[in-house]
Amino acid sequence: MYSASDLRKGLKVMMEGNPYIITVFDFSKPGKGQALYKCKMRNLLNGNSTERTFRSNDKFEPAPLEERPMQFLYSQGGEYHFMDNTSYDQLVMSKEQLGDNANFLLDNMEVSVLFFRERPIDITLPIFVNLTVTMAEPWAKGDTSGTDTKPVTVETGYVVQVPPFIEEGQKIQIDTRTGEYMTRVKE
Amino acid sequence: MISPVMLRRRAALIRAARSFFEERDYLEVDTPLRLPVLAPEAWIVPESSGSLFLQTSPELCMKRLLAAGHQRIFQICHCFRQGERGRLHLPEFMMLEWYQSGASYLELMEECEELLWEVADVCGLAGMTDQPGPGFSLEPPWERLTVAEAFARHGGMSPEAALAGGIFEEVLVTKVEPHLGVAQPTFLYDFPAQLASLARLKPGSPQVAERFELYLNGVELANGFSELTDSEEQRRRFEHERELIRLDGREPGPMPEKFLRELAGLDAAAGIALGLDRLVMLLTGSTRLDQVVSFVPEEL
Repeated sequence: MYSASDLRKGLKVMMEGNPYIITVFDFSKPGKGQALYKCKMRNLLNGNSTERTFRSNDKFEPAPLEERPMQFLYSQGGEYHFMDNTSYDQLVMSKEQLGDNANFLLDNMEVSVLFFRERPIDITLPIFVNLTVTMAEPWAKGDTSGTDTKPVTVETGYVVQVPPFIEEGQKIQIDTRTGEYMTRVKE
Repeated sequence: MISPVMLRRRAALIRAARSFFEERDYLEVDTPLRLPVLAPEAWIVPESSGSLFLQTSPELCMKRLLAAGHQRIFQICHCFRQGERGRLHLPEFMMLEWYQSGASYLELMEECEELLWEVADVCGLAGMTDQPGPGFSLEPPWERLTVAEAFARHGGMSPEAALAGGIFEEVLVTKVEPHLGVAQPTFLYDFPAQLASLARLKPGSPQVAERFELYLNGVELANGFSELTDSEEQRRRFEHERELIRLDGREPGPMPEKFLRELAGLDAAAGIALGLDRLVMLLTGSTRLDQVVSFVPEEL
């Protein structure tokens, strides 16, 4: 059980039957009055955010969440198949459940799957992934349009802005937290 | 860690505050930080220090000096409050507290205006034109709003209704405070009698207490009042606070008997406590206390 003074950014708690993560936290205390704990929290099941203010005597159950290391096997028809590294159990998640993370999943990638009451609700990817560029316009030397990036498509179908010198067949590193190009990977 | 520039600005500001009071014939005092007895306050949790407590404010000792006949006193000291940590809170912070016998909260409001106007001027921050908002000015006189006016204007309900619903703090913090001290500092005054603390009730209007809070840019900076000098009434209020502490599942400290005894000898006076770290933050355009203190607890 947490009390309000345990609240902080990143803490995962139950509220009205749903697991929430605190995304913004602020302690405030007016004059001689009671402390208030202002939180912005995101529902981990549907992604909706809400703002709440708590008092010091409010209590919270920790959200029963568990992370398990798993391997991404393959995707087929919008379904993404994963396997537990120790039990070899398999599970399937939808593209909607994975959100932007689906853009960076490569076969055999090690990920961490977040479970809420034995139900997979989210995954955590490696921070950096290396992906092969499958489609890129050639760099037109003498291009004076002034743009310093161009869009390319990588093997997962994700489109990302990169510097003009990136070519088809090269590997690039992407930050999965922001979805942005980091660097070219030399093989 | 604090930037070298900020450390110098902080020192200049504290020096300017000190000379402000010295020029006005205030005597600087320093009272003990470790105390066997504190003023019982429901929502302020003290830290223990051996068999004693660290002060949550120098209020009781300073009022005892006042009762002993010292007419104008000020103190710059550290105060300790358990569990208070946020953008605007540190569990150890610097307080500027001063008392003037013969004065009421109205004179202290004026003295506050002069203090900030002078301190900001000495530090080269007068007017603070680039923050908190365009056109913000410290030039007196400042806005004065009663709690009732502020709640009607910004809170969507009366203070009495908010108190009855147990949401006074929520309405104050989320709805009212963001509108206070925006174009110039605001004095929020005449608090409901239930929130009087150690203030006297207003003669002729006992439903409110002669207490005010000073706001700059939505941030509460100081709390002042005409002192309650009726020691029997003060004892009843302390008992009430101790009862609230028990209801919250904590053990209240002992009753400040020496203070109550000497309070009986106190003539009319007014006192005010101002958060010096917050003042430095506001006058330097900083947004968090972390930027203006030498070290925050997490760095120790």
